[in-house]
Amino acid sequence: MKRIYLDYAAATPVRPEVLEAMLPYFQERFGNPSTVYDLGAKVKDTIDEQRARVADLIGAPAGSIIFTSCGAEANNLAVKGAALANLKKGRHLIVSTVEHHSVLNSARFLEKFHDFEVTFLPVNRCGQVEPDRLRKALTPATVLVSIQHASNEIGTVQHIQELAALCREHGVVFHTDAVATAGSIPIAVQEMQVDLLTLSGPALGAPKGIGALYFRPKLRLVPQIHSGIQESGRRGGTENVPGIVGLGVAAELARAELEGRARHLRSLRDHLVAGVMDRIPAAIYTGHPKERLPGHASFCFEGIEGEALIFLLIRQGIYANTGSACASKALKVSPTLCAIGLSPDVAQGSIVFTGSYDNRIEEMEYILTELPQAVERLRSFSPVWGKKIAAASGG
Amino acid sequence: MRFLTDCKADASADLVYRVCPMHLLEPAEFLRDMQAGQVLEIITDYDGALEDIPAWCAKHGQEFVGICEDEDEDHYKLYIKKVH
Repeated sequence: MKRIYLDYAAATPVRPEVLEAMLPYFQERFGNPSTVYDLGAKVKDTIDEQRARVADLIGAPAGSIIFTSCGAEANNLAVKGAALANLKKGRHLIVSTVEHHSVLNSARFLEKFHDFEVTFLPVNRCGQVEPDRLRKALTPATVLVSIQHASNEIGTVQHIQELAALCREHGVVFHTDAVATAGSIPIAVQEMQVDLLTLSGPALGAPKGIGALYFRPKLRLVPQIHSGIQESGRRGGTENVPGIVGLGVAAELARAELEGRARHLRSLRDHLVAGVMDRIPAAIYTGHPKERLPGHASFCFEGIEGEALIFLLIRQGIYANTGSACASKALKVSPTLCAIGLSPDVAQGSIVFTGSYDNRIEEMEYILTELPQAVERLRSFSPVWGKKIAAASGG
Repeated sequence: MRFLTDCKADASADLVYRVCPMHLLEPAEFLRDMQAGQVLEIITDYDGALEDIPAWCAKHGQEFVGICEDEDEDHYKLYIKKVH
């Protein structure tokens, strides 16, 4: 049976060009970049070349990238590192309710162990933070605001420039988690006025185990991994050189292909969304209908459970997700879907399709054949759906 | 230790929260791009810098100018004049 993979937000295969570039750094170019002899010094130069490549993807100066082990570590460094560096100014943080766990739990850590007050900022029904709400939440003690660039779960893109400008105006550090957007939509950190921005390797076709944090030059951060002088003393620990090379190459490919990739994904997404809304009764297209990631389509189908739908689709060779990987594994209703005002009955029937350049229109057609049948089958023995139909028909 | 009242510099290296020995490595890089006679300011929260930086200057033939006190801050400002 053919396999149709549409869960690229959860994991992506490493691109062949990326893997090829990484391979020499496992054996012949194995030197430790902190050593002074040529075997290490050349590797150090390679790391700095990748730093420049990653910086180019987001319009940043080359020296403003810190390599980390993943996007979650970059989020931890951004939130805890910037908050702790500004203790003298205050102990108030603002994060949105739809952030990734690594942001939400870093904020809770600061609340629990460092006496910070955290404001969890609500979003509107499309999942966007409204600038006026942020303005009202800012206080003289606010030291950091963290709002994701886009949601991996509902695809909504935030008005980051407006939110960041507001923080700049109030002298508050602004961080955005751009794991979902890097390589999907253009990013220009200086125009956007963000102070900190998180990237993840796997989202770009690099391997798992590599991420990066952009920091505005001269911004102070308290390191979260205490060791030596790696990453100019901002993040200790021997560098994951193959991973860094992978991220550098993936970032360069993403920058070159961004426009064509977005156009391709948008056409697939629009085809899938139109078909789902046409063929499945009472389907809800979650997230913003227009201001969303090009390769992202997310829905809720009332009366069914997302997990059951996923398992039916896997039987037909279709791989999708019910939301964020963590929340779906714990069989919990997604906090993001609750935050946009969906009732638990509706939110538990969520499904998320995230595509990549490799996907084809024929695959969308196949999904449009299989998905309505799967939803109909599950609804046929759903008491919730049965009651709704009965009520609608006056029974 | 010489305490300064007039704390002016031509360049500034902010090493607050950066681990040891960044307070010795990064000033050397800054000085490389500066002219003889110019002054570099080093901002650090590392106590050891108070001994290390004058010693580093003596070893490398640079002039340690002194330290600036700032009661509001939790960090030190040290000044080096580039000799060569």
